[in-house]
Amino acid sequence: MTKRLMRGSHVLGEAAVRAGCRFYFGYPITPQNEVPEYMSARLLEVGGTFVQAESEVASINMVMGASMAGARVMTTSSSPGISLKQEGISYLAGLELPAVIANMMRGGPGLGNIAPAQGDYFQATRGGGHGDYRCIVLAPASCQELCDLTFRAFDLADKYRNPVMILGDGMMGQMMEPVEFPEPIDPASLPAKDWILTGAAGRPQRTILSLLLDPKVLEAHNYKLTRKYDAITRDEQDWETYLCDDARLVVVAFGTAARIAKGAIKRVRALGVKVGLFRPKTLWPFPYQPLGELARATRHLLAFEMNSGQMVEDVRLAVCGQGEVHFYGRPGGVIPTPDEVAHQISHYYYGAGLDQAAAVARRA
Amino acid sequence: MTLKSVFAGFGGQGVLMMGYLLALTAMRRGKNVTYLPAYGAEVRGGTANCTVVVSDEEIASPVASNPDVAVVMNNPSLMKFSNLVRSGGTLLVNSSLVETKLGRADLNLVPVPVSDLAHELGEDRSANVVMMGAFVAVTGLLDLDAFKEALAETNLGKKPKVLELNRKALEVGAAAARRALGKE
Repeated sequence: MTKRLMRGSHVLGEAAVRAGCRFYFGYPITPQNEVPEYMSARLLEVGGTFVQAESEVASINMVMGASMAGARVMTTSSSPGISLKQEGISYLAGLELPAVIANMMRGGPGLGNIAPAQGDYFQATRGGGHGDYRCIVLAPASCQELCDLTFRAFDLADKYRNPVMILGDGMMGQMMEPVEFPEPIDPASLPAKDWILTGAAGRPQRTILSLLLDPKVLEAHNYKLTRKYDAITRDEQDWETYLCDDARLVVVAFGTAARIAKGAIKRVRALGVKVGLFRPKTLWPFPYQPLGELARATRHLLAFEMNSGQMVEDVRLAVCGQGEVHFYGRPGGVIPTPDEVAHQISHYYYGAGLDQAAAVARRA
Repeated sequence: MTLKSVFAGFGGQGVLMMGYLLALTAMRRGKNVTYLPAYGAEVRGGTANCTVVVSDEEIASPVASNPDVAVVMNNPSLMKFSNLVRSGGTLLVNSSLVETKLGRADLNLVPVPVSDLAHELGEDRSANVVMMGAFVAVTGLLDLDAFKEALAETNLGKKPKVLELNRKALEVGAAAARRALGKE
């Protein structure tokens, strides 16, 4: 198979189409306008439907409709637009409707700016909408991984009947890298869904509702959702470790920040600093247990994010007091350089005496 | 081998196309590449830049703290990028438009009058491709033929006549850079 040099936004669109997505509803916002641009042309080629809706609220409700009818469907936006979609995401979760939502994060809060940032971690992983629900959140760090995780997003959405969020940022949307795409999936070949609304002629009536007025009925529904979230938590965690075997300090970072951290780690490794990287690929479910085990071995973690400290809270939950958790971040759309992060790593490493014999003995 | 390059100039000078051509050529020759355009509220005539990393290994960060090479097409970009290039790195300058006085002496400064050379070729818009020819000659990254082949896959090679002109522009740029380096 040949590689294609494509920008992230186009990779996302192409991967979605190849994964069987035939419906896209969205509303433009920088820095992800290239997604609707791509989909508007590409969906036409495969007989799909592209609608530039009148608003983000309208687009997420169109997603809901297409999903109820059984289609693979996607919407994309960037931070402020994703905020507007939150009500619909809560409904998707409550109605147990599969959908893929991509957020190419920009600087915030408010209108913020159009530069890459990771300030929507809380919103994505905790749920920016109301009610007891969870979104599966995937965090790619390269264009190839964006392609692969887009396929996985559609599969997970269908498997669990749950919205899945792809959490990228402005840099991921604009960056070009070579990508090898899997063979396209024919939507007709996907497993049939036995719950969709396609007209009740010749079969008993079905309803999909999120209004469950009787508290006992809603409680039972909430517990059903909880059991599903427990299964996702058990089976779907994904992460990458890099040079952690002999590490006395582990940097924890996701997405673009993890790329920058890797560059910094290569730099300081050449100077003998024993540092590794833990990169969660699923932000929810967060890989608490593997990170916890790593923390018990290394005792020193440095969370690095392009925000003022959000994922670091999950890192602390994973470590559970059994190690030191430090934080370095740049909010506001500033892209930190590998040099800058390398400096932070060295500063912490030597400050905590991790080059000393005692640290070596403890690690052993 | 890892080479981090920054291309900078006015919007409209084809700065992003230079980076794209490099990334595409390197990918076609089996290298790992990342191409990262600066992205903002850009306007025609404003400054544009992109960072391209080419490597035999996995590329960690697409962001370059201190690029090995900066290609500078206008004066504002010289101010912005000449201080960022790593010590001992290369600065390729469009000497038709850009001052070639630097505040540091630890760079390999290669002035090439690419705007004038493009004008002589009869196509002012080819200055960026002339500069890519110079880039190839100076960095030794891949051969000129690789770039000539890749051109056919870009907008610069859609029409046979334009492709021919751009391939010529690569040669002109490479020859000019060799002259500037005193190799000819």
